[in-house]
Parts: sequence; structure tokens; C-alpha cells
Amino acid sequence: MEDTNTKPKREVVVPGDLLDDKGLRPGSGTYVQEGKVYSSLLGVKSIRSNYVNVIPLSGRYLPQTADTVVGKIIDIGPSNWLVDINAPYPAPLHVNEVPWRVEFGDTARFLKVGDVIMAKILMMDETNKIQVTMNESGMRKLQGGHVIQISYSKVPRVIGKGGSMIQMIKNMTDSRIFVGQNGMIWIEGELDNILVASRAIEMIDEGAQSSNLTERVKEYLESNAPAEGQ
Amino acid sequence: MDSDIVMVDEKGKRADGREADELRPMKIEAGVLPNADGSAYLEIGKNKVLAAVYGPRECHPRHLQDPTKAIVQCKYNMQSYSVGDRKRPGPDRRSVEISKIISEALESVILTELFPRASIDVYIEIMQANAGTRCAGLSAASVALADAGIPMRDLVPSVAVGKADGKLLLDLNKEEDNFGEADLPLAIIPKTDEVVLLQMDGHMTKEEFDAAMKMGVAACHQIYEMQRDALRRRYSVTEEEEVEE
Repeated sequence: MEDTNTKPKREVVVPGDLLDDKGLRPGSGTYVQEGKVYSSLLGVKSIRSNYVNVIPLSGRYLPQTADTVVGKIIDIGPSNWLVDINAPYPAPLHVNEVPWRVEFGDTARFLKVGDVIMAKILMMDETNKIQVTMNESGMRKLQGGHVIQISYSKVPRVIGKGGSMIQMIKNMTDSRIFVGQNGMIWIEGELDNILVASRAIEMIDEGAQSSNLTERVKEYLESNAPAEGQ
Repeated sequence: MDSDIVMVDEKGKRADGREADELRPMKIEAGVLPNADGSAYLEIGKNKVLAAVYGPRECHPRHLQDPTKAIVQCKYNMQSYSVGDRKRPGPDRRSVEISKIISEALESVILTELFPRASIDVYIEIMQANAGTRCAGLSAASVALADAGIPMRDLVPSVAVGKADGKLLLDLNKEEDNFGEADLPLAIIPKTDEVVLLQMDGHMTKEEFDAAMKMGVAACHQIYEMQRDALRRRYSVTEEEEVEE
């Protein structure tokens, strides 16, 4: 447990652990009982500006409005598609929310079952009804490529500080990658490169907590990346 | 009881060498199944139990959905090879009952109102049974739920207390259960000692019952520590080599 950083050591908590009883406010992943804040999740405790939060280590993705996600079409209706975004609920994509003009009943011409799209969470109301949209810049159907699934809580590590991690993987494997907030990742490129890139991402998913992760991933990429990698 | 089987000797030791208030050796491991959202494997004595959790996910069949909260669907299943004489596979009266009481116990700790219309599915498979499988199953299921990242108020440890040879014994094994006089499985929420599961088979006096409850609650706290340890162990790397992003 070396002190490599100025930040205090983050502590793993399990449901029911006491987080604070001295007036910090309950954040995400917590609940209050008799004035004390307890953890409701298996995760890592973090204190930020008077709030105690628990950052989950596992679990299902719960959509947040304006998240960018990668999703797969799983069903087609006459005026909507159903998108699997790995959330507890189905996410409908209405024809009004796509950049094309779609006649009623003509939905299958635009997106078929199995197609992969980039979409934005339009809203998630208090009854957890989800709506996704493609009427935003950058949202589109993803042609070809390969989709892998990681835990959504590891997405920030895959992206890295200011996008450094994902940029490194993209450059060194010469592939195009989109990371959805829901943990679904779309990769396109040469087959070998896709394999190297997805293995690198899996490494991050498995060892998201370990130190010198960046170096380890870099090392892996250097020894396995195609010749043109730097 | 009119049998010449001795379950507790003069020194108060039991047939398997335990003290009256001693648990069987126990082992819990979290995250054993890659395809489940959360899972746990638990061994207590000769019991071997596997629990898997899926969800929260869309509830099927639709008519079971609750628009205000998630439902907890638990399936307790004994493998046909789990007992001495082959058990006829499939649900029976006993396993349907156990499934129901376990789902109700778990529902009382899960923050179900966070996931309206969804369903949280818990599967408990008894690989080897030696008395006290419902308690083992429930303890394993609660670890699996936490491993699945499902928000809950606390873990649920569970244990049975029984009576054999006229003495109160903690965590009965098969022989003590079969030839004993009473069996009292219970589960609690350790933080408040709230009881979420309590059944009794056989007879006890009120004094015995009170003493049994006390013994069971104390043992539940022991199991609780093991459950927490199992979960922390899964992410032990985190504690040792933490680095801020």
C-alpha cells in the first residue's frame, strides 16, 4: 500500500458499510438510515465536495440523460426500433428520432435487427422509461466493425485522462473505436488490429484498479501492434 | 427421543467434534460465474451451494411487473445428486416454498424501488446438501446480489439453530437434523438485527426459543463478516495498488 499519490487511499466498501456519520451528504450508491450514511453498493468510497459517493465496481448500466451509447437493434416495430443498450429496460428509438425520413412501416429498410448504432439518451424519466435519439451530431449507424462489452463502470478508465488511453489504443492499432457510456465498444479496422485492440480493452476492464495500467497496456500494444505502430 | 444415537457427549461436544455454538467450517467465494451478473459459491460443512444473479432486467412474464418497484424472483433448486437418495429433479412443494421465503428475505434488503418494472433473478443451486441448505442458499444469494452491483441495504447472513438430545445446537448437520427435536432457520439484517426469515420445525419451549434466537443472531454476525470478506477479497487488488485517475 505505497503512497504514490497525494489523494487518500480509496477504500472498498460492501452494502451496509457505514460511510459517514458526521454530516457529509449522501451521494450516489448510498442511503441514509437514522441520520447516518451507508453504502448500498459494492464499490469504492469517494468523498467529493461534502458528498460521499460509492463508485460501483459492477452492475448494470443505468442510463443518464445525454449519455452517448453504443447499441444493437434487437427488434423492429412499424414506427420504432428497440435498441439493446445493456440497461435494465428496453430502449425504444422512435422514427422521429432518426436523421432519415421514414414512412410508417418502412423501418426495416433503415436499420435491421443486429445493426449497431451510436445513439444518445434523450431522456430517462422517473419511471425509468428510456428514449434514445440519433438526431444529434455524430450519432449514426455503425457499419461493419466489431462490438465488445465491458462493465460500464470501467468506461472512464478505457477512455483515460482526457482521452489519452483510448487515443493510444486507436493510434497504435490503427483502428476506429467508439466507446459508449454503457460499456459497449465498437471497433473497426483490420481483423488482427481489432483483436489486439479488444484484448487491450479487456486488460483495462480486468485490471482497471491496478497501478501502472497505462504502461502495461502500452507494453502489450507495443509488442503486439502491427508494424506501423509507433 | 427414543434413540440410542448420542449427539452430544458428556463434555458437550457433538458427534462431529463441534461445540454447541460452533458453526461448521465455512468458505465463501464471490464472482465465480463469468456469465452471470453476480455469483457466489458457498460451502458450509458438507453443503455446497452456488448462487447466480441476473438483472435488474426486463420482467418476463409481463403481468408480474410492478410499476413501482423491481420484483425479486428466486429459484431454489436441488440437484438430483445433492442428497443420498436421488432427488427427483424439478420443483416440488419444498423448493417452491424455500424459493418464496428466500425471495421475500432478499426483497426486504434490496432497494427495489430504484428499478420499477424490472426483475432481479436469483438462482440457487444446491450441489450437495447436508442440512441447512436454505440458510446456505440465502447467505450465498446475498453475496451474489452484492457482486452483481445491486443496491441493497445490507447483506443477509442466515443460519439454523436446532435442538437435539435436548440441547440447543447451532448449525445442525444432517444427522442432528434428522434425529433431533427441532430446527429453527433464521436470517437477519445484521445492522439492525431485524429478522427477515424465521421458520421452525419441531418443538421448543419459550426459553429454548429465546436462547436459540440469541445463538442464531450471534452466528449470523460471524457469517456476515465472512460474507464481507468474500466480497472485499474479490477486489483485493484495488486496496493494494490503488491509483487515482
